[in-house]
Amino acid sequence: MQTSDPAYDELVKGFWRENPVFVQLLGLCPALAVTNSAINGLAMGAATTFVLVGSSLLVSSLRSVIPKQVRITSFIIVIATFVTVTDLTLQALAPTIHKELGAFIALIVVNCLILGRQEAFASRNPVRRAVADAGGMALGFSLALVMLGAIRELLGTGSLFGVDVLGPGFEPWVIMILPPGGFITLGLLLALFAYVRERRISASQAVGGGTPVRRAA
Amino acid sequence: MAIEAGPARMMATLGIAGLSSGFALVSIHLLTQPRIERNRAEALEAAIYHVLPGASRSEAFVLRDGELTPFRDPEGRLPDEEAVYAGYDDAGEPVGFAIPAEGPGFQDTIKLIYGYDPARRRIVGMEVLESRETPGLGDKIIKDDAFVENFRDLAVTPELVVVKRKRTRENEVDAISGATISSNAVVRIINEANARWLVRLPGGDATVRAPSPVAAQTARGPD
Repeated sequence: MQTSDPAYDELVKGFWRENPVFVQLLGLCPALAVTNSAINGLAMGAATTFVLVGSSLLVSSLRSVIPKQVRITSFIIVIATFVTVTDLTLQALAPTIHKELGAFIALIVVNCLILGRQEAFASRNPVRRAVADAGGMALGFSLALVMLGAIRELLGTGSLFGVDVLGPGFEPWVIMILPPGGFITLGLLLALFAYVRERRISASQAVGGGTPVRRAA
Repeated sequence: MAIEAGPARMMATLGIAGLSSGFALVSIHLLTQPRIERNRAEALEAAIYHVLPGASRSEAFVLRDGELTPFRDPEGRLPDEEAVYAGYDDAGEPVGFAIPAEGPGFQDTIKLIYGYDPARRRIVGMEVLESRETPGLGDKIIKDDAFVENFRDLAVTPELVVVKRKRTRENEVDAISGATISSNAVVRIINEANARWLVRLPGGDATVRAPSPVAAQTARGPD
């Protein structure tokens, strides 16, 4: 093992530098659809984490036996199996959450973040790094969903994780928990992330005159 | 991943993948199914007791040849077909029927269940089970206590009517301001279910509009 663990690097990059939602703009459909409350964002993040880490683990372990021509089909079979397992398990153990997320659990199959990680990373890297990469991406995705959900829930209902925080004097901005509120919040967060990144780059150029810092976090 | 494979190899890979996936899915289905069924039954039971105040036991009835027939499943499963649920109090006396119904709302199907007391010909409770009405507006059909309160004591004849002023008659329901379509949808769903079911329940007669002459002839029940 090297002095700087590459697996650790794979894990942290997903949080910020390559955050799937805010930087790669992947998986926006669930990010907009289910984030009308922080708890829904968290549940969706957890479900996606399970599917992504499980699929990456399996795809990476089997990467030497899957023929190139049928790799995408094989990835989809693996992903769809994990999604159905998640779907049924949630239905059995957490029916209220399953009711809230509805069809979006089944739609994790078509989340391009997951297929993207299999094709771009898990199928070309050893298991340890693939799992670290998947874990990092999934946690970054969950973080983004919880952020979106928390902002929308706070402004749209005055509560956070179901707990009333803004009191009865607050008039909820109903639009925030409707679809337009999702687009507005996501747009503002993307602008914020882009602004911070640009500031970092120009600051590092002014100081060192060299290449931008690799790890923004 | 660099394997260039012939057709046999590809077929074998996908075949094995499909088989293992199928095996995993069947296993998880068998593992979770009893629990999922139980969750559904418990949720329904809670809703029945909620819309039928005083009920502590319930029994499912389904239509067989146009007549209400008790439905009993040895494994306690819910009926797949349309059913109503008779509620009984602690003394075993019938308190009424819980009737599930569904129909189109503003955005998606609204599923609800309501309690009906045939002796008094009144609706005694209503709970929306599933809906995707607009948060903050249409979802008041669940969250607005004043609206739900309308259904605590509501005459069913000649039929439910939505009003936009304070209700004055026994068959009137106050619409929610800002959610007229959702309010109308709930009332329409109940009216349609009434027309379908009330003539079939004990004490039912032609005072409620029946959907067809066939239904009117079968105004008989289990009691």
